[in-house]
Amino acid sequence: MKVKILATAAATVVVASALAFGTAMAEDKSIIVQSTTSTANSGLYDHLLPKFQEKTGITVNVVAVGTGQAIKNAKNCDGDVLLVHAKSAEEKFVSEGYGAARTDLMYNDFVIVGPPSDPAGIAGTSDAAAALKKIEGSKALFASRGDDSGTHKKEKSLWKAAGVDAGAGSGKWYRETGSGMGATLNAGTGMGAYVMTDRATWISFKNKGDYKIAVEGDTALFNQYGVIPVNKEKCPSVKAELGQKFIGWLLSAEGQSAIAAYKKDGQQLFFPNAPSV
Amino acid sequence: MHDFAEAFRLAFALAASGDADLIEIIALSLQVSLTALLASSVIGFGLGTLVAVARFPGRGAAIVAFNTLMGLPPVVVGLLVYLMLSRAGPLGVFGLLYTPAAMIIAQTILITPIIAALSRQIVEDLFLEYDELFRSMSVPTHQAMAAVLWDARFSLVTVALAGFGRAIAEVGAVMIVGGNIDHLTRVMTTAIALETSKGDLALALALGIVLLVISMTVNAMALSLRTTAARQAYA
Repeated sequence: MKVKILATAAATVVVASALAFGTAMAEDKSIIVQSTTSTANSGLYDHLLPKFQEKTGITVNVVAVGTGQAIKNAKNCDGDVLLVHAKSAEEKFVSEGYGAARTDLMYNDFVIVGPPSDPAGIAGTSDAAAALKKIEGSKALFASRGDDSGTHKKEKSLWKAAGVDAGAGSGKWYRETGSGMGATLNAGTGMGAYVMTDRATWISFKNKGDYKIAVEGDTALFNQYGVIPVNKEKCPSVKAELGQKFIGWLLSAEGQSAIAAYKKDGQQLFFPNAPSV
Repeated sequence: MHDFAEAFRLAFALAASGDADLIEIIALSLQVSLTALLASSVIGFGLGTLVAVARFPGRGAAIVAFNTLMGLPPVVVGLLVYLMLSRAGPLGVFGLLYTPAAMIIAQTILITPIIAALSRQIVEDLFLEYDELFRSMSVPTHQAMAAVLWDARFSLVTVALAGFGRAIAEVGAVMIVGGNIDHLTRVMTTAIALETSKGDLALALALGIVLLVISMTVNAMALSLRTTAARQAYA
């Protein structure tokens, strides 16, 4: 008897709480943005989203994962907007019909950070490919994302440009962490390895230790972010109108200047470059 | 490592500040894990008792299955629930992915085997002990089950706490199905993972300390409940 009463009570609680969550979800105007870790970890969304929400009443829920996973999630229709940084993968996403259209949003750049001992002798240089060649040549440790993220794709293209098969050193001097930018930086600084990171994550990263930027300023290190509405034709559940509102605001003069205004330690993290409307 | 000292200082500061965001995250953690615990207790104690008492073909296989599933990796559970709840998955129409409900489902799947396996062992041992008595008094099975469950209640509370501990501490499943969305699906463990990835190790550790204190409070409450109940029962 007691068991039955308990079971009934438990079932009631589960159903009631599920309903409570359900109605809470149905009530609010909200969209899901599949995004990269760099934009979230740097605090950009904490700066942008309250402004947008105040203006429109739309809640933006950000799922921050690597670009590869973000695209995969969006292909499964589990997001309304995709905001990532791997142009060719984004264009493929659009040409396959998953995305409606891709627009440049903002940029910053990648840097290679390293320990003060600078075992590869690349500190202060600006040629990324040459620096990678020296890292390989000196068998200095290099920590790679290894997770098919936008940063990882860029890093692989740089190894290719340097004519180095980094995969051959995997597990020896080339350490693929298979995790996010922050986790890779934690691992890299822990083992004294060079790490390629986007500048926004690096500036806001708090576990720098004695690490410094070794290589910066190469045009090959350019990091372009794009924004794409998920295609309603592929994904009928997509909140296309709300998603478009968010994208429209990001690309507007107001959104662009809000991006430019975001600073950390006096440094601007993202540079808006949406095509002027 | 000054991070340790800093972490303890931060943990106290956080707890003392009554920070609204932190309270929201703690409340959601408790809400999700306690609801999951409630659901798994109903299912797990039921299944556990059934397998303990009933004799049916494949019973051995069921026991092995429960015991094996105790070691379910949270990230695998997260992946399975993601594939089920994704818009592209069979249950996608409900739109549950990236909601607390999805996190409850994942944690329920994660801890039900633990509760079923442990309660099966406890109930079975007790049942064997009482078996002759029940038979000599021709007690009907459902009454016998109720009596055994009642007598095992204190051990079963510990089983429930084991399940709760697993649920509140896991990060792999809720990260995938919840998405660690601020003000919606961010719980203690995903917040800790986030701060770690930001390189703010002291804050991450401070949140870990706060999480441990919460777990300790829940366990202390369970223990005091048990002591009070025991006092009343044997007074």
